[in-house]
Amino acid sequence: MRFMRRFFIRLSNFTAGRRADQRIQEEMAEHLALQTEENLRAGMSPAEARRQAALKLGAAEAIREQHNAEQGLPLAENLLLDIRYALRMLHRSPGFSLIAIATMALGVGATTAIYSVIDATLLHPLPYPHPSELVRIEANLPGVGGHDTGLSIPELRDLQNSGIFQYASLAFFGTNDLTGSAQPTSVVSKSVSPGYFAVLGVDAALGRTFDPHDATPGFNLEVVISDGLWKRAFGADPHILGKSLRLDNDVYRVVGVMPATFRDQGQTSEQRSTDLWAACGFYGDPAPPPMRATRFPFETIARLEPGLSPEAAQGRLDALVASLKKQYPADYPSQGAWTLHLTPLAETIVGNVRQSLILLFGAVGLVLLISSVNVANLLLARASARGREMAVRQALGAARTRLIRQLLTESLLLFVLGGITGFAVLFCARKFLLQFIPESLPRLNDISVSWGVLAFAIVVSVAAGTIFGLAPAWLTSRLDLTTTLRQESRGSNGSRRRSRLRPVLVIGELALSLVLMVAAGLLLRSFWDLYKVQPGFNPTRVVAVETSLPNPNDPNTDIYHTATQEAVLLREVLRRNRTIPGVEETAVGDWGTIPLGHSQNDRRTTPFVREGEQVRSSQPSLIDTLTVSPEYFHLLGMTLLRGRLFADQDHEDTPLVAVINQAAVRMYWPGKDGKGEDPVGKRVHLLGRLGRARPDWTTIVGVIADARTESLADDGIPQMYLDIYQRPAKFLAFYLRGQVDPAAIAAQVRTQIQSVDAQLPVFRAETLDDVLSSSLSVRRFSMEMVALFAATALLLAALGIYGTISFLVNEQSREIAIRLALGAQRRDILRMVLRQGFTLAAAGAGIGLVGALIVSHLMAGLLYGVSPYDLSTFAGVTAVLTAVAIAASYVPALRAMRLDPITTLHAE
Amino acid sequence: MLMVLKTLDVLGPQHGYGIARRIEQISGDILALNQGTLYPLLLKLEHEGSIVSQWGASENNRRARFYRLTVPGRKQLQTETREWEQTAAIIARFFEAKAEDLP
Repeated sequence: MRFMRRFFIRLSNFTAGRRADQRIQEEMAEHLALQTEENLRAGMSPAEARRQAALKLGAAEAIREQHNAEQGLPLAENLLLDIRYALRMLHRSPGFSLIAIATMALGVGATTAIYSVIDATLLHPLPYPHPSELVRIEANLPGVGGHDTGLSIPELRDLQNSGIFQYASLAFFGTNDLTGSAQPTSVVSKSVSPGYFAVLGVDAALGRTFDPHDATPGFNLEVVISDGLWKRAFGADPHILGKSLRLDNDVYRVVGVMPATFRDQGQTSEQRSTDLWAACGFYGDPAPPPMRATRFPFETIARLEPGLSPEAAQGRLDALVASLKKQYPADYPSQGAWTLHLTPLAETIVGNVRQSLILLFGAVGLVLLISSVNVANLLLARASARGREMAVRQALGAARTRLIRQLLTESLLLFVLGGITGFAVLFCARKFLLQFIPESLPRLNDISVSWGVLAFAIVVSVAAGTIFGLAPAWLTSRLDLTTTLRQESRGSNGSRRRSRLRPVLVIGELALSLVLMVAAGLLLRSFWDLYKVQPGFNPTRVVAVETSLPNPNDPNTDIYHTATQEAVLLREVLRRNRTIPGVEETAVGDWGTIPLGHSQNDRRTTPFVREGEQVRSSQPSLIDTLTVSPEYFHLLGMTLLRGRLFADQDHEDTPLVAVINQAAVRMYWPGKDGKGEDPVGKRVHLLGRLGRARPDWTTIVGVIADARTESLADDGIPQMYLDIYQRPAKFLAFYLRGQVDPAAIAAQVRTQIQSVDAQLPVFRAETLDDVLSSSLSVRRFSMEMVALFAATALLLAALGIYGTISFLVNEQSREIAIRLALGAQRRDILRMVLRQGFTLAAAGAGIGLVGALIVSHLMAGLLYGVSPYDLSTFAGVTAVLTAVAIAASYVPALRAMRLDPITTLHAE
Repeated sequence: MLMVLKTLDVLGPQHGYGIARRIEQISGDILALNQGTLYPLLLKLEHEGSIVSQWGASENNRRARFYRLTVPGRKQLQTETREWEQTAAIIARFFEAKAEDLP
């Protein structure tokens, strides 16, 4: 209380500039006068009286200073003085200041930019209440290689009743045709079990969400819509509640509108912009009856009971799994080794980009480190120029701590100015920079250059300034007064320690740049290999246009229920598409057939059983199924290796046929020698595609070569192609090869499709080249960023080595001049200086290689087709670094060579 | 500080020299401090609100700064006195205690 009062009075005195100097002087004068009188009375001589009084009072100046210090805030005053002085120093050497500030702006700006991405994606909690309670549940069958196989309704009920979760919900992401408005549109929708919003803990802004205890077996014909859809399609109608809309020809009632701020959860940006939610019990039409073995390949999310940690919950879940296995041995055969796995929801959303982001942050951290080292180096260089100033100030009585404080203020000012500049540039360029971030990055929309990011920039600059300003300040202020004063007048250099630190800094810089360059080199090679990889299909001049057929809940209202019904539509649309000018070939397939057009997470894997196989339902083999028309293979240039492709004679009434790829042969028909037997003519039984599969045997009629349509990095994914004229698909992609304009083709195809059925929405035309390149976008982004950082690091390191060699040459100019005067060849001088540069480079490269080995080992998961210890990358990068280092020392070496011994020695 | 407050309590408003004299008189010449150090301390006490000061005329009619104890200052004096007495008592007991007194 008293302390606070004192502090505020001092603060106000300080800010108002109130001084008490006059007062203390008067008081002391009065004190002296009174004491002198007293002394006179005691019988001293006037002179002695004054002397004794003054002695008793003590050192007047010191008291005055103390008094003044008590009046204001001496720390703040000194700081202000220091800052003013530092600003003057910066102003006096604008070149130095500019370079230092620009270097720091680069380092801090880049770090802050990456931080803002990480802040939005990794650090921010999910935008739901108590986000740490949210988990995703994955069912795995490790025994048969089944990953994320989904849950069945009885299993979901077990989870709900387990006491581990408050709520659990299935969610099935897809699209629906929304009709009734001027143009039929396709809305991104989720079919969810009724507890979905209870899991997320979000309520509707208007109306209500679903009742988590709703027990409607199928769709309950209620939908909740997003704020966006409400505004777009319904003009923000305030009386929307209770109105109906048609989805895939079914009539639903709108019961709620979500808040404008609500974003759904999901792994892709498409899922996160879901516009419509329909509740479904998933145990009545259109879903099959609830059997344990009928698992839906859906996402299961749940909210943990409050206070239960994910680890504890996992333990209880394991116990539940064990008891279920005991209770239903027929449904959980031991070979499958069924497990349930919990992952915090936040992690699954960020998932695969975490590693890339951490790599980027590491890279940018190195750049920051290098730029800080560079500035420290500059500060040291200046320190030797200011040795004399320091010596004089020390001689005049400045304490060493005071000098350090002042030097530190100077370097902090530099770093913070740099940091703020970096932030300002980032802030101004944020719109421009955001374009470079791949769209597939999760939570892209949350990225903002906010106060938190500014705080980060300032904290980083202050930390860097303190760490990298302290050593130069320490060394600068540490001098031997007499020698320095004497030496400096002769223009030589002060502390040896200082000149020893500089090479160390440069070596550090070189080592760090080498690490970055190796990382960049490896990423570049992986990217290049991926880019050059033979995908096994030909994407050029192919456009895919998407549409979707209505999928009403009552099969009797579905006009495209059977393959024959749908075939009429497909054949007619294909025929019409061929008439579009420029189109040479057309084909159709389901959405899964768009090569690289979907992330790994929503691959459509179907369980199947081979004929004669002993195992039953619960742990079948899994295979990617793709439904295509016969022309698909030719249009994409896929080669048939054995048997035949689909033909016109295959239709709904003939035996079901399939074509598989070689990877499927290798995995499921390995034969006795493991080389693969001939699967043509073998039969398989495909299971449970939402209960709609015909319980018929499918005959394999052909084998095609592997094509990397699922992932460019993986050529071994087993695939099975099915005939679309035998198995109808609802979500369709029409392919057109030829000389077409991708911008106009969507409208042309829409005309063709809607002239057959005016109710069908047509959206999104993409060239396969674009799809392919965007599938590489995250890789390309991190590769480009790391390469950019590596280039920056190299540049900074080159500057550092240039500065250091120049400094060394300067320091040795006397020695060089004497050597020259004694008859040394100029070539020898050149060689001598270059050798110094080379030594630095070699030491830096040596340390850097060790660091690079560690880093490349850590980033092995991000590489493709190149070993993390790739010799050529390491050797190439080292060569480049050495070459740059030598080139950077060449300029000062030339200067040393041209030194005129006479002038130099005279100048001394 | 306790001495300054006590002096002002006993003598009423005083200028700096008066306080210094009083401390010197009471302590004899044992406390040979530089008297000047008194002034920063007085300013600190003033900032803390224990005393107030104003200009006035000294005995020989010159301008001098007079310090006066405030109500919070008096309270502070009481608490500090009590604390000091406690401390002194404890220390005193320590010195009185002999080895055979211990149980």
